[in-house]
Order: sequence, then C-alpha cells, then structure tokens
Amino acid sequence: MEHAIEAFKREESLGARHSGAAAASDGKIHIERTQYPYVTGSSVLGIKYKDGILLAADMAASYGSTKRYKSFQRLKPVGKHAVIGASGEMSDFQQISTMLDELTLRDQMWDDSNTLGPHEIHSYLNRIMYQRRNKFDPLWNNIILGGVKNGKKYLGVVSMIGVHFEDDHVATGFGQHLARPELRKQWRADMTLEEGVRLLEKCLLVLYYRDRSSINKYQIAKVTEEGVTISSPFAIETNWDLEAFQNPTKNAEGSW
Amino acid sequence: MALSDDSSWMTAAHSMGTTIIGVEYADGVVLGADSRTTTGIYVANRASDKISKLTDNVYICRSGSAADTQVISDYVRYLLHQHTIVLGEQATVKAAAKLVREIAYSNKSFLEAGMIVGGWDKHEKGSIFGVPIGGTLLRVPFTIGGSGSTYIFGFLDQAWRPGMSKQEAQDLVVKAVSLAMARDGGSGGVVRTVTISSEGVTRDYFSHDRLPKWHEDIPAGVSTALEALENANGEWMVV
Repeated sequence: MEHAIEAFKREESLGARHSGAAAASDGKIHIERTQYPYVTGSSVLGIKYKDGILLAADMAASYGSTKRYKSFQRLKPVGKHAVIGASGEMSDFQQISTMLDELTLRDQMWDDSNTLGPHEIHSYLNRIMYQRRNKFDPLWNNIILGGVKNGKKYLGVVSMIGVHFEDDHVATGFGQHLARPELRKQWRADMTLEEGVRLLEKCLLVLYYRDRSSINKYQIAKVTEEGVTISSPFAIETNWDLEAFQNPTKNAEGSW
Repeated sequence: MALSDDSSWMTAAHSMGTTIIGVEYADGVVLGADSRTTTGIYVANRASDKISKLTDNVYICRSGSAADTQVISDYVRYLLHQHTIVLGEQATVKAAAKLVREIAYSNKSFLEAGMIVGGWDKHEKGSIFGVPIGGTLLRVPFTIGGSGSTYIFGFLDQAWRPGMSKQEAQDLVVKAVSLAMARDGGSGGVVRTVTISSEGVTRDYFSHDRLPKWHEDIPAGVSTALEALENANGEWMVV
C-alpha cells in the first residue's frame, strides 16, 4: 500500500490552486510553492536552569483568529534526552514529530548504547528546515529544542527558514517580544526548579494578556539528566482587579 | 451584487459551504451534516449527502471543495478495502483517519478539504478524528467543521458533555447543525445523521418539520399567503 500512497504525494505535473504554475519555454510546468499556515500554535518558551531545561507552551491550536483546538499538546519528548516545542502550522509539526520518532527509533535499533544528543537532533532539524526552505516549500514552524546529555545542557531554536542558534533562554512568536525582555532581566544560570517555573509562569501570563491566540491552559516540560517529564495541563491566576480598570473612561467618555 | 451582473457563480467550483459535526457518545459516535452544495451563490444541490461511507464501520463528513473531498474519500475507500483484505478483519477508525490525513497533508497546497472521520471498532470503541485544512490529525470527543461551524462553537462549548446517551448525542447533533443552518448561507437543506456503534449503522435525516425553530423562524403551512394578507395588522418594521 505504501507505493499507492506515494503516488498521491505532490507531483510536479499537477496544477495547483495556491501556487503559480506556468508553462516555461521547455514545455514543462514549473511550480513555485509557498504555503499558508492554517492550524497554528502560538509562542513557545525555553530556559536553562540549574538542573536542566524547562520548556513551556499553551495548548491552543488556532484557525486564523478562532481558537479551534484547546487541548493540543505542542511539547513532545524526543528520545530520552530532549524535548521539542513548536509554533506555527501544526500539521507540519506532526510531520516533524513523526520524522524525529523515526530518527530516534533507528538510533535505538543500532543497540550500541549510544544515543543521539540534543545538539545532534537540533542539527538534523536544522537540515530539514533549511532544505525545505531552499525548495520554497517550508515546514511552517518555529521550533525550540532543549535537552540534557552527559551533564551538558542544550537549548536551541530553528526557524522555518533554517535560522538556528543556541541561548540560555529562547522564545518563538510573541514570546520573542514579550517574554525575552523579562527573561533577560530575571534569568540566572543557577535558578532552582521553582524559580525557573515561576519565571516561566510570569512570562506565560503576559502572553495570555497580550497574545490574542493564547489560552490560559499550559504545559511545562522538564528535561534533566534523569529524563523528560511533560506536566499535565494547568492554568495561571489572572488579575483584572487593577484600580485603573474599574472606570477607565470616567473622565474620557467614548475613549478606549 | 445583482445576480444578473455577476455570472461567476455559473462557473464557480462546487463548494460545500457546510456544517459538519462528529460526536462521541457512550457506545459509539454520531456524525451530522447539512445538505447544501453551492457554486458561488447558487445552490447547486440542496439535498447532498456529505457523510460518506469509507468502510462498514467508518464514515467521513466532508466540507470544503466537493471535488477534493470526493476524490479523497474515493482513494481512502479503495485503500481501506485492500487494507481490510490484508488485515483479515475490520479496519480501525484510526487507520482510516490516518489515510485521510496522509493524503490531505501531502497535497496540502492543492486541496481545500476539512473532514471529520468517525466510526466504531473493537479496540477504541467509538472514536472521532478531525482532519482540518492543512492535514493536522486530532482525536477528539467531538468536533465541528465547515463554514457553518463558526456559528456554533459557543453552543457546543455550553451544551456538550462527556458520556451522553445515543439519544442525547443525536439531539445535540441535530440542534447544532440546525442552529448553524439558521445563520450560515453556505449551509441549509436537511440535517443528515449517521449513528455508528457495535450494533451497526443507522442513517437518518431531518427536514424542516422535524427541525427546531429558532429566533425569527416562523412555521410553514400555518397560514397561506392569502390568509396572511387578510390578517395584516397594518404596521410592521417601524423603526
């Protein structure tokens, strides 16, 4: 049945709705492809802390401005040493997850007591993203990859065009604008688990207030030398009781 | 835009504006859909059947381009037929959903198809899978799709509960599709339902007399036009 499915995958000769297909002088049809994201996830945050890595993301997958799916898990373990979090098109994230599962499975099947570390997985991801970008057919995701192996902590980002780097704290989407400044102020290398989680909660709260595609339902992933844990869903207390919120237009009728 | 000025509807692709829904209940699933297929603003088919059989135990609700979803269904039906022979037993709902997803995802730039796959198998009992545009795959206790779905997110958020009985699930599905049809121009006609459980498959349809009446709906056949004229009370729609 595999070859039957292969036959349905993108064929160069099909005319497409979203791409421009034009007959060139050699008679062949050339297709330029750039997709549009449909079902999307918002920000992902990542920080290093004393014992390892923490990733955080909400559980929303939106369809335009509609918050379509509200129990979507955007954090996934990769092998034994790493966790991945993705924003952007969720179908592409599912595809990447499958590819990473195949990668780690084949790695395990060597049965040579050697496993792929987070840096190696990050490189693999980067190759995938960059090569798709070169074909003008990107996987529409911004991905954070965090892991711990042999005591070394690793936290990296790959974008949909293959831009990749490592840092002590990272974010995608709105998180880059709203969370990073807070992380720059408050992050320390020797943070305990509680301090790290509290810092992430603070950033998640700001994103909930200010990112229209976010919901108050999150998961946090922890990676240490011992392994990967992904939390059950939790929500954060919000505050709408500020005095300035009580009667904001009292002296300015009609304002917002 | 007057009908006579713009004739693009005559050549527009057949789209199923649509409201589709799939709901898991205690012993199985209920799938529901409206029956309107449009080409532009013209209703090309007012009695379509958007819930198609993939196998005896798995059905698919189709929204988006009529052609795209028909072709996807046809391919998946063909593949599942062979899969069943090779497997030696009934295909699972998950297998069907994953085939739908594979086609939808790998042809994402060519397709406009949002689908709901639902059915019953002995491993997972009743299950519903959403395959929205783009080819994401999600198992969910209930889901809605199509242009009419936007109008009933709030309704379902309030009315859906886990562990409903068959009758409660069917009532919910009919109510939901009928509410969407009330407001969405792309949805209309009758409400078709397919209920799938260990006992088998039942098809049903609900036309205007069996559908609830909502705000500003008036019952048909109560008074004729002549009677309505005789009972005119003078003032109407004064601001």
